[in-house]
Amino acid sequence: MKAVGIIFSNIHDNNVPELARIRTLGSIPFGGRYRLVDFPLSNMVNSGINTVGIITKSNYQSLMDHVGSGKDWDLARKDGGVIILPPFGDVESSNLYNSRLEALKNITNFLFRADEDYVVMTDCDTVCRIDYNDIIEKHIQNHADITLVYKSRKPNFDEKNATTLRIDENGRIVGVNYMRELEDKEMNIFSNIFVLKKSLLQNIVMDSIAHNKKHFMTDIIAENVHSMKIMSYKHEGFYACISSLQAYYESNLALLEVENRQELFGDRSVFTKIRDSAPTKYGNTAVVKNSMIADGCLIEGEVENSIIFRNVKVGRGTVVKNSIIMQNTVLGENCTINCIIADKNVTIKDRKILSGSDNHPFYIGKGIMI
Amino acid sequence: MIRKKKCVAMLLAGGQGSRLYALTNNIAKPAVSFGGKYRIIDFPLSNCINSGIDTVGVLTQYQPLILNDYIGNGQPWDLDRTFGGVHILSPYQRKVSSDWYKGTANAIYQNMHFIKQFSPDYVLILSGDHIYKMNYSLMLNYHILNDADCTIAAINVPIEEASRFGILNTKDNGVIYEFEEKPKQPKSTLASMGIYIFSAEKLYKYLEEDSEKTETSNDFGKDILPSMLNAGEKMMAYEFNGYWKDVGTIDSLYEANMDLLGDNPLFDINDSSWKIQSRSPLAPPHYLGNNGKANNSIIMSGCEVNGSVENSVLASDVIVEEGAVVKNSIIMSDVVIGKNAVVEYSIIDENTILGENSHVGESPKKGRPKITLLGRNIKVDNGASVKAGQIVDSDVVKEG
Repeated sequence: MKAVGIIFSNIHDNNVPELARIRTLGSIPFGGRYRLVDFPLSNMVNSGINTVGIITKSNYQSLMDHVGSGKDWDLARKDGGVIILPPFGDVESSNLYNSRLEALKNITNFLFRADEDYVVMTDCDTVCRIDYNDIIEKHIQNHADITLVYKSRKPNFDEKNATTLRIDENGRIVGVNYMRELEDKEMNIFSNIFVLKKSLLQNIVMDSIAHNKKHFMTDIIAENVHSMKIMSYKHEGFYACISSLQAYYESNLALLEVENRQELFGDRSVFTKIRDSAPTKYGNTAVVKNSMIADGCLIEGEVENSIIFRNVKVGRGTVVKNSIIMQNTVLGENCTINCIIADKNVTIKDRKILSGSDNHPFYIGKGIMI
Repeated sequence: MIRKKKCVAMLLAGGQGSRLYALTNNIAKPAVSFGGKYRIIDFPLSNCINSGIDTVGVLTQYQPLILNDYIGNGQPWDLDRTFGGVHILSPYQRKVSSDWYKGTANAIYQNMHFIKQFSPDYVLILSGDHIYKMNYSLMLNYHILNDADCTIAAINVPIEEASRFGILNTKDNGVIYEFEEKPKQPKSTLASMGIYIFSAEKLYKYLEEDSEKTETSNDFGKDILPSMLNAGEKMMAYEFNGYWKDVGTIDSLYEANMDLLGDNPLFDINDSSWKIQSRSPLAPPHYLGNNGKANNSIIMSGCEVNGSVENSVLASDVIVEEGAVVKNSIIMSDVVIGKNAVVEYSIIDENTILGENSHVGESPKKGRPKITLLGRNIKVDNGASVKAGQIVDSDVVKEG
């Protein structure tokens, strides 16, 4: 069945205000060479979805730069392809949208033009491999109106706004709960991935305009658990929810486990913007343990339990541990770096000692010199 | 306004490269991997685009499939253009005749109509077997300033090696008065780099004359250039002072890869002022495990290194298992080096699998190392060994 994809690039910007200050959630760097949007976008391409709209709100220059024409995802097409959907103002209201439903109201034209029967909607706060085709197939088999994807897991310690699903023995969703207090047990946490018929989505959007409904989960899903057949789909396998800076940090470091790497990247089908970095070079003094290192780096110091993005320099005598060092950052000589998230283009001069804690990494903003 | 290009480049990429043995069994020499990420043809193509030349004809003949796939529409080099761009030119059938390319000059002759559709003033002839960074626009300016008919790029080589090259004997002002192909007693150390700029009309004239001759090998070096010189055309030598390496042999390919290593490498591949573009693999960043070790090496994305890598070049998606040792070697993509295997002074081509405890290549006791070469898609049994200097293109079983 043909489906059109809709990616919300910025709904969870507030999860990681540090990283999303200068960019949307979707263009937050992840895993050495990727951006968060690469995962849903690649999942769509790998599920045969060739028409994808990316909804943006603000600070989306870096996202546009990253996605470009979509050629790196094979989505530079005459028929379909990827399109960035910037916020759409009108004479009546000059405000930007504030909810998923309002955002969808802005793209009625995009939905109208698409000739696909189904819609897959996802956010950029999850890192996982998922086959949307399988969800659509189950959706059709179940004669469902809407299918929601969830993961059975313990919430991250600071994931206070998680939405949980009450599911009956047939997999039908019978209720929606919003977590008030953190509970340390496995729950069916909604992943913000929806599948439904395009025509139904169009009706929902029209209806919500007429009745001034704002919130997709509260006003549509929770309202209609009995009148519509809303089914659940359980995701198995690697799943990271970027609910906070700490979660971002831990999800990156989770890639140091071979099973996680294998699951995400084993078939080499996570696409990303291609940059022409040279291969990484190791000097005579390099010592590297349990680390993931992208292309274009020059490593002359020690690196342990860390993720190093493209074109990073690690000087002689410098020790980097438990850290995430983003693109083009330069670490001088004889520094000691521990539990740091260094954003892009950071410069750390010689002999600096910087340390965060493993439950509270120290974040250094883009372009800062220390 | 007439749609034209000032200069069109023609890249000779049809050679078999038989001195690379197993490496070119199934692929053309310009498609051979280099420096972990690149293929040899990336260098002339990147030089073209960096020099402002956006129209390139690539002449292919021997095993062109991988090369054609690799070049594709030229997008990685920004050579996907509506007017100009990269074009693959293979031999084709005509109404009256059909021929393979009989020599370098014949290959260009058969594609003169391709060049003429861009009405260029100058034609740059390149070959696909050299590793270098060169600004062709400086050479073109030199050609124009000297009002030359043909300009040949030349590099100074040590006098003891001069007899391996085509040597240009020049007057003080750079005008060539004599060619000597591999002279026993060289008079000069200026070696031809196989890079020529012709004024287009002169090139057409001499190619047409050459095509009518019966006693000709249809070769630039042997036929076209000497006959131009005899006819008194103005031929200039353009001296190039950078790094340049002909990678036509196993030893020179090995050396050129090793020249990328070190704190001050002889050839800097990560040069932001002269980027070498290539088609990038779709691999995640590489991973070094708790027992992984990498010193003085180049490692490409997708590798998983749990053994030790020293003075080596690893292309994408190479797996080095626990206890394995890779020393002074070049490992191409998708190679697996099994547990406790040892690789020394070797070149291992794509997709080859080395079993546990196998041993490939040897360190030299003294003098120059003998490079061991394993071809693509082969399997070396657990515990098997391959001696120094061997060239292997089929599976290796354990002896005894």
